[in-house]
Amino acid sequence: MNTTLQKITSHPLLAKLQSNPYIGRLFRPGPIRTFSGFLVGGILLFLIAPLVLSQFRLELLGKYLAFAIVASGIGLAWGRGGLLTLGQGVFFGIGAYAMAMHLKLSQTPEGQLPDFMQLYGEVESLPSYWVPFQYAWFAIPAIIILPALIAYLVGAMIFRRGVRGAYFAILSQALAAALAIFIVGQQGTTGGTNGLTNLNNFFGYDLDDPVNRKMVYFIIAGILLGVIAITRQLMFSRYGELLVATRDAYQRVRFLGYNPARVLTVAFAVSAAMAGLGGAAFVSIVGAINPASIDVVPSIAFIIGVAVGGRSTLLGPVLGAVGVAWFGTAASEAYPDSWQYIQGGMFILVVAFLPGGLATLPAAFRAIKGKWDDRKPPEIPSMGSGAVQEASA
Amino acid sequence: MIVVNQLFTGISFGSLLLLIALGLTLIFGQMNVINMAQGELFMFGAYTVYVLQLVMTSAGLSLFLALPVAFVVSGLIGLAMEVLLIRRLYERPLDTLLVTWGVALVLQQLARNIFGATNKQTSAPEWLTGAVTIGEFSFPASRLFILALALGAVLALSLTFKFTPLGRRIRAVVQNRRLAATSGIPTSRVDRTTFFIGCGLAGIAGVALTLLGAIGPTMGQSYIVDAFLVVVVGGIGQLKGTVIMAFAIGMASALIEYQVGPSLAKVLVFIGIVIFLQWRPQGLFSQQTRSLA
Repeated sequence: MNTTLQKITSHPLLAKLQSNPYIGRLFRPGPIRTFSGFLVGGILLFLIAPLVLSQFRLELLGKYLAFAIVASGIGLAWGRGGLLTLGQGVFFGIGAYAMAMHLKLSQTPEGQLPDFMQLYGEVESLPSYWVPFQYAWFAIPAIIILPALIAYLVGAMIFRRGVRGAYFAILSQALAAALAIFIVGQQGTTGGTNGLTNLNNFFGYDLDDPVNRKMVYFIIAGILLGVIAITRQLMFSRYGELLVATRDAYQRVRFLGYNPARVLTVAFAVSAAMAGLGGAAFVSIVGAINPASIDVVPSIAFIIGVAVGGRSTLLGPVLGAVGVAWFGTAASEAYPDSWQYIQGGMFILVVAFLPGGLATLPAAFRAIKGKWDDRKPPEIPSMGSGAVQEASA
Repeated sequence: MIVVNQLFTGISFGSLLLLIALGLTLIFGQMNVINMAQGELFMFGAYTVYVLQLVMTSAGLSLFLALPVAFVVSGLIGLAMEVLLIRRLYERPLDTLLVTWGVALVLQQLARNIFGATNKQTSAPEWLTGAVTIGEFSFPASRLFILALALGAVLALSLTFKFTPLGRRIRAVVQNRRLAATSGIPTSRVDRTTFFIGCGLAGIAGVALTLLGAIGPTMGQSYIVDAFLVVVVGGIGQLKGTVIMAFAIGMASALIEYQVGPSLAKVLVFIGIVIFLQWRPQGLFSQQTRSLA
């Protein structure tokens, strides 16, 4: 498939390991490789990261992992389903606000209004849509169900009439703009531009205590691994194959008797649920949410990590999201003025010249080295041989 | 009385949307390119007025000079984009959206570095600061001027399309690119011309905006989403649909805003558009083809 990998895989020591009946299973697709992959990820996130990183950096990593949860869903919807969703901020925002409302209410004394409502004084009593969020049994499922439900309704209406591609991208972006403006406008009950801040009570644990914030990091890391497992299961299922088929040959899927609109709606709803989870994770580790982090610009920013990592792969979006966010923090600390140039440049370079993301970099190098006249960028891998093997294994 | 005022505000908002959406729909219709940097070309058009006013003192003369200059400035930026980047992406419409978004980010930061992050004000010529009174209603002259500008642009475009060789070539490429190429039309040159015109129109829209508000590096973002909605509901590449829908969305927004306030208005307009697309999924007008939709 690509030279670098081939060079490594053809090394004599590795060949010896691979031919070993027990160790060799780590390299062949199958349950053992999958299990050890998750084991490595778990060790990295749960053991090595807390040891190597300072408390501050660990919390930053927690924030990036929240973005990675969103990215995993985008990888499914965009990479596999071809749905360029520019409005993930909406679902991220709904999950985030659901969580933030619960946290806000749980730190407010019984019978009192949340602090910002007292400050603005626009309402006398708790607005009715806030009331159910004081119960954890409502708020926690709402983080997943509410975004999925809204995505399902919007998606079902849009896809039913065959609206997709660029139309869908534009509509999803308009949705993000509408929600952000709506929240800003309802300052008395949503906190407006300031959003919901100073959230310090995480289900009874004081978030001002660094130990508790570390616990939140561990929870987020666990959720991320779970989300990756679900995405993997979906990608390599029959549904996942149908999703790729819908992306590549919409009409043919229709003629085979499937309903492509339903396939796309499910992908959109699943990615929305993941975005909602990511939003709730974000609120828990950052302790605040405001409309500026959910409107049009951050919604597109979610896309860049996915594009850089490799939109149609399982781990590409996750690694890309963490990598780009990490790089973004480092770059904007060092050169605050040029971060936007770098971000814009990444969009241009990766999407125009390396549409498969860094996952296809070796293949791209080979194409350039091989023949100069073949300027076509490498194709985005669809259901390649690897994926099929995984599915049948 | 208030309703008439609101309607007029809507028409005026619609004419700005129209000026931006015209270029978008031209480019989208012909090349299947979604130009997210259109808002930034609009911004550079507005900065053109600012620069010209720094150079010369007469507000009226600089405004009129700014119209052609902004057209050329924004058009040239667009042309550079087309030649350097977009040309490679004609097969991948969704990717043009992301690439042009990257260009938009770069252009925003460029404006911030050149002109500073704070908003800039320009002065309008005296004859545009007053109001025109018709019967018992009075309309701000600047908004009437923008309306005239938008209608003028539509007229000029449709005349170009109908009567000039360039217009015939553009229509041929839109209708059937491969057949046009076979008939000897240099399609890539026509593409570049369309890109230049489409982006230049955004520059003119920017000039118009300076009569209404301040100029800042992120001003393009506040119009681009609405302008894209106009393109989608009007029908891609459809001049008539774009004109009707720009004014319809402008007036609907203004009236709903008057009823329920601006924050709920955006949500309601969005819901209205989704419902509209149930009825006309390809937009108000669409090109009839026999291919599968």
